[in-house]
Amino acid sequence: MAEAVAPPGRRVLAWAQEYGVYAAVGVLLLFNVLFTPHFLDVANFRTQLVQVAPIVIVSLGMALVIGTQGIDLSVGSVMALAAALVALYLGYGAWPALLVALAGGAVAGTAGGALVAYVGVQPIVATLALLVGVRGLANVLVPQLVEFRNPDLIALGSSSLSGVPVIVVIAAVLTLLMAFVVRRTTFGRQVVAIGGNRAASELSGLPVRRVLLLVYVISGVLAALAGVLATARLQASDPTSLGLFIELSAITAVVVGGTPLSGGRIRVLSTVMGALLMQLLSATLIKHNLPQSWTQIVQAVIILAAVYATRERGTR
Amino acid sequence: MTRSPGREQVSRVLQQHGAPMVLAALVIIGSLAFDSFATAGNAASVLVSSSFTAVIAIGMTFVIISGGIDLSVGSLFVFGGVLAAYGSQYGLFVALALPLAACGLVGLLQGLLIARTGMAPFIVTLAGLLGVRGLMLAISGEGATTYLVEDSAFARLGQGGLLGLTWPVYITALLAVAAMVLLQRTAFGQNVYAVGGNEQGAALMGVPVARTKVYVYLMSGLLAGLAGVLNAARLSSGVTILGIGLELDVIAAVVIGGTLLTGGAGGITGTIAGVLLLGVIQSLINQVGNLTSAFQQVVSGLFLALVVVAQRLLGRAQRLG
Repeated sequence: MAEAVAPPGRRVLAWAQEYGVYAAVGVLLLFNVLFTPHFLDVANFRTQLVQVAPIVIVSLGMALVIGTQGIDLSVGSVMALAAALVALYLGYGAWPALLVALAGGAVAGTAGGALVAYVGVQPIVATLALLVGVRGLANVLVPQLVEFRNPDLIALGSSSLSGVPVIVVIAAVLTLLMAFVVRRTTFGRQVVAIGGNRAASELSGLPVRRVLLLVYVISGVLAALAGVLATARLQASDPTSLGLFIELSAITAVVVGGTPLSGGRIRVLSTVMGALLMQLLSATLIKHNLPQSWTQIVQAVIILAAVYATRERGTR
Repeated sequence: MTRSPGREQVSRVLQQHGAPMVLAALVIIGSLAFDSFATAGNAASVLVSSSFTAVIAIGMTFVIISGGIDLSVGSLFVFGGVLAAYGSQYGLFVALALPLAACGLVGLLQGLLIARTGMAPFIVTLAGLLGVRGLMLAISGEGATTYLVEDSAFARLGQGGLLGLTWPVYITALLAVAAMVLLQRTAFGQNVYAVGGNEQGAALMGVPVARTKVYVYLMSGLLAGLAGVLNAARLSSGVTILGIGLELDVIAAVVIGGTLLTGGAGGITGTIAGVLLLGVIQSLINQVGNLTSAFQQVVSGLFLALVVVAQRLLGRAQRLG
């Protein structure tokens, strides 16, 4: 890249592409510290982080899928399926129920991944079929909201490790793990290579189909985990409305974080920053008594601005 | 790999007419299985409830054939409905013109962004989905205000009718015919196919790629708004909680109808069949009685998966992959 001789305008754009999301989070934090009462309270911080944790977990899988030039619209429905499975199997204990829910996510991911990798269906259609079908399945399994009092599950949702909520710890650990996988493992390099140029990856002997399948399985398992954690926090299983539209939040987090929809590049930490930015934004608007409608309008503008800034990199 | 022309032809026929054939089969099975299925009343109710989705799906067909996607239609549907109900206090003309102007403008803006900046349609219309619903909430007191339609001429547009069918059904049929002609018989229609089939090739051949894309999103916005207008007339009010997830239903119907999401192929007949197919499935599930509406989602999802797998297996794989 000839950045050394690039004109100043280009350099600013390049900088914005690379660090824009961090800068935006920084500006919002500064604004809140100065103008929002009680913003620096520990309780407030914890609330924000607990709320964003499931979105972060889903976004990690989404970033991986988008890195392969795919997309996973099914994550919200998989969360609902996981919630339904938890409600059905909680009688056997919290951990068996958790395992069944994760297995359900893996099965859904396998179905989507197999359609994409082995049948050659476009990711958006394959996962759209799952979005429609899996939400229906979750509703058939558990038709109405089920509340429960399993202490282990409630602990998973509301306990803390030296002051930090377990949900946040899990999200943070998974983030680091995903960053490691993307940067330092063969699998991570294969994912990025396939997203960058699938034909070349096939010619150079990469196990393209297996990697693609695995990417959707990971996304499904992460979505299921997010579903279990959200269920644990709510102390209720709600397959009708759990995870509704989370696919849009996750895609937004990934895209605002600078991962191009055209694949071939994954920015894990920036994805988390993207999720934080959106959370912080809506919290800020609410704290300053601006209505929900404004949050959505501002979100739309931020999405467009972020994609406009990264579009050159994206199409290359 | 070469294929015998016979097989090519079979796969093309199935691609183009698969949805109408399955629709016919389902209707026959439904008539044999349930006495109350093949009645004029049931047919009318399927047609009426499908007509609003169909209007949006016509626009979506153009978008998808051009190689794009429009996620904003659900929000434009509810935005159009609220504006129509609000506008109806100033008479029929405002009730029609205000929502169509606003939704057309949103479609135009999205089209310009997609065509002129090269941003992905998925993202631009995702921003549209969020932004338009936000706008709708902002003008309706965060969704708390429901505007009631006072104008009786406007209400008749949605509730009046002929031969047991309401006007929206006839309007949908007219729009479908017009869209068929536009797609199959005009230079614009050929351009839409060309842009979706091979954008670079189309540009080299002198097809006005950017302009075609702008028109396609403008159309989709207008039709989504119109569907909202008709629905507001039917309900006599601008309900603010409609249209959530509607874009996915519409895309599913278009895809089931045989239009390829990769662009360049598809048609209005298939789309209408796809919309009716989902309506008939819903109706059949209602006939069974003890099944919940959640079951319909399972069947729709399975159906969509089956159709796209079939599309891949039926020879299209060679051309695309």
